[in-house]
Amino acid sequence: MIRSTLLAAAALFAFAAPAVAQTVAITNARLMTGANAGEIANGTVIITNGRITAVGAGLPAPAGARVIDAQGRPVTPGLVSTGSDLSLNEVSAIGDAEDATANATGVTAAFDLQYGINPASTSLPVARLGGVTRAVVTPNRGGGASAHEHETQGVSGEGSSAQNNSGLFAGQAAVIHTAVADDILVRPRVAMVLDLGQAGARRVGGARGSAIVELLGILGDVRDFRQNRAAWERAERRSYGLSAADLGALIPVVEGRQPVIVRIHRASDIRQLLRIAREQNLKVILEDAEEGWMVASEIARAGVPVLVNPITDLPSSFESLGATLENAARLNAAGVTVVILGDRAGHYARQTRWFAGNAVAHGMPYAAALAAITSNPARVFGLGEQFGSLAVGREADVVVWNGDPFEPMSQPLHVFIRGVEQPLVTRQQQLRDRYRVLNRATPPGYH
Amino acid sequence: MNWKILGASALALALGAAGCATTPPASGTSGSGAAASRTPHVPLARGMDPTTTPDPFPSTYRPLPSRTTAIVGATILDGAGNQIERGTVVMVDGRVSAIGANLAPPAGAVIVDGAGRWVTPGIIDAHSHLGVYPSPSVPALSDGNELTNPNTAQVWAEHSLWPQDPGFNRAREAGVTTMLILPGSGNLIGGRSVTVRNVPSRTMQGMKFPGAPYGLKMACGENPSRVYGTRNTSPATGMGNVAGYRAAWIAAAEYARRWQIYRDRVGRNENPDAPTRNLQLDTLAGVLDGSITVQNHCYRADEMAVMIDIAREFGFRIHSFHHAVESYKLADVLARERICSAIWADWWGFKMESFDGIEENAALLHQAGACVVMHSDDANGIQRLNQASAIAMSAGERAGIPITRAQAIQWITLNPARSIGVERETGSLEVGKRADVVLWDRDPFSVYALAQQVWLDGAVVYDRSQPATRARSDFELGLPGDVRR
Repeated sequence: MIRSTLLAAAALFAFAAPAVAQTVAITNARLMTGANAGEIANGTVIITNGRITAVGAGLPAPAGARVIDAQGRPVTPGLVSTGSDLSLNEVSAIGDAEDATANATGVTAAFDLQYGINPASTSLPVARLGGVTRAVVTPNRGGGASAHEHETQGVSGEGSSAQNNSGLFAGQAAVIHTAVADDILVRPRVAMVLDLGQAGARRVGGARGSAIVELLGILGDVRDFRQNRAAWERAERRSYGLSAADLGALIPVVEGRQPVIVRIHRASDIRQLLRIAREQNLKVILEDAEEGWMVASEIARAGVPVLVNPITDLPSSFESLGATLENAARLNAAGVTVVILGDRAGHYARQTRWFAGNAVAHGMPYAAALAAITSNPARVFGLGEQFGSLAVGREADVVVWNGDPFEPMSQPLHVFIRGVEQPLVTRQQQLRDRYRVLNRATPPGYH
Repeated sequence: MNWKILGASALALALGAAGCATTPPASGTSGSGAAASRTPHVPLARGMDPTTTPDPFPSTYRPLPSRTTAIVGATILDGAGNQIERGTVVMVDGRVSAIGANLAPPAGAVIVDGAGRWVTPGIIDAHSHLGVYPSPSVPALSDGNELTNPNTAQVWAEHSLWPQDPGFNRAREAGVTTMLILPGSGNLIGGRSVTVRNVPSRTMQGMKFPGAPYGLKMACGENPSRVYGTRNTSPATGMGNVAGYRAAWIAAAEYARRWQIYRDRVGRNENPDAPTRNLQLDTLAGVLDGSITVQNHCYRADEMAVMIDIAREFGFRIHSFHHAVESYKLADVLARERICSAIWADWWGFKMESFDGIEENAALLHQAGACVVMHSDDANGIQRLNQASAIAMSAGERAGIPITRAQAIQWITLNPARSIGVERETGSLEVGKRADVVLWDRDPFSVYALAQQVWLDGAVVYDRSQPATRARSDFELGLPGDVRR
């Protein structure tokens, strides 16, 4: 009787807001800290008031704490999905249901994702079920791109060549958390996003020579605008190629305060960019960089992090001819800070852990791959003190797994975000349960 | 010499036919019967009778050289539903000659130590566009969709297939030995598929799976109605789609009937006029006579139910629904109709008709006794069909639906073989079948599993420890990173 009451309560709880933060001790865990502490056997994590307050081997649980005995299973920091449109996209092919692509003239660099973030997105519970507790969300390339191009865009087979003339800058990234909450924004404008290579060239006349000249011109305009804004407002200054909103958005970039995620692929383009970044005093982060391994030592020397998709191994364009499954491993071995990217579509944020597993299968050390989906993205986007590792003082994003988190055969048992255990229920599971038994006396619509 | 004589008489016959053209054609009425019986039947010119050229682009596939080989001491998932510990597989003359636990290898065999490793049949992808949407993804090579008419049953994917697609090599290194290459899904009826053996080849014919039936690609749903609706032509809607399929089958049935009448008359020693051969209707008639399988892109359960009724109306069979993200809603019907669901493990949300895709689709189908095929539709995904299967197994376990490895491996071996009609030749490690075999370094459902060696017809086509066996297409030669990649 009591048992069934508890179950009913649990079922209600699953669809209501989670309970407030309590003191929790996760004991007897194989702690994978995602940070310098590495792995701790028979470890304990203590969560108090939403934060991690103790991490170590064999620590006792505080009196009154809820104790979760992990029975030797892996416990990791919450995973970070990087480079997707999670929470901004319900259905990729429906423009009105997708808020990560902007083609407006006058709002390019200024495009600010934060205003489209939807805490009720059906993708968020799906991501949580994959152990994802934070996400770095970024604007889509023009046309809205996904690895699932063939079925998404079509049928034309020309998915990646969609025209977009809205300028080199795609807009600004934000960091969110995935907890059940009214507001999931962690920090807006964590980075500017710039398309170079073929995509950038396509946006400004079809050649790299025009794209780079355009970029340098924009940076010059931004500096001029920054110095002479008052004069410009009085119409006493020359006109600029970009809108005031775009120019204003780029000021933190030219000041070296806001990093620029540069979507770039070819080794020669990467070399050009590293030189331009040095000369222009830009803080850059490379995204994709399929041929990054060919210039790994130069990237490492520049201290530039790379966001890598570890399952890309096809010469899908003439700027990614050197693509290899070992890109992440080779960059890491050269001393580059690697962050593992997921699919563009936020629907697939749950694949983050398998992407890390594939990087390991192709030579990346396990701890490095875990860091690449936890502490590295947190650090690269300036939030390393807030989340991304099992360390004292961090917000308590903690996942208890029933096995190796990189293995598809494993599942999360408990997901804590900022110290609050999250429901592991998705709309997809509701569909599953509705159709688990077919041919009931009443139609599925009643179940 | 004999050939020349035959050629000369064929020429004489052809001339004779030309001469007859001035006389009224035998109409088959009783009045002309006497005249027809005096006129010998005039065979049709080459290429005019579909039954005399059923295979105009014949396979030239030849297995690579092989040696008698025994993989010894491995955990074998045989594709026939069994897991065999300490198992041995013996390959002789390209075929599986023995399989079982603790078998002694034949004398002189190449022995491969399988201890601690796993063996499966070669992976089969029942839905690939390698070669027709190759890498590099450039318009000049993106030849998978003949978007010129909603019914292009006359086009054959094999005529778009570029054998130099590097994707074939990456797929082979991931254990994929057989693939169904399909036209795209922009048309109601997209054309014929081709089944290929995954060997490096100069020509499409050199990859073609000998004796494999053709498949017909059909598509439900959003794609055709979007492509043609935006051109303001039919189909613009789901109902336009269905009208289009039915019109095509009506024409096909009538065409098949005309050929049947022609053959009946020839059988009665009459000299009837033959129907004019029509490539579009040839293909559809091949579906009606059961020689061509139906591979139907169809996401939504309600649309599947309509397609099943259309198949019943015109008397053909649907072999598989592809991208069938909603199959779980119709699992009982699909089990009863013996229609496979070719699915992804976890794709959803990329278009409206995929919004209800769930990770438990395979498990719910499995539970209902329906056929599950894990497919890729993707040049990257084809390299991880084993991982996709693991994702689906795990979702089943989470839902309380246990699925064994021996069962799940069938999703990417025997079940796709059945769905594309090559199950007598491949798809499981059974004596007499083609020795298409993968040796994995560990449990193939692990994310870390890599194919160590791959055999096609008993010949090593890839060995991870031997760089020389890493085939590169012409396109890959001399590209950046070629040496170290």
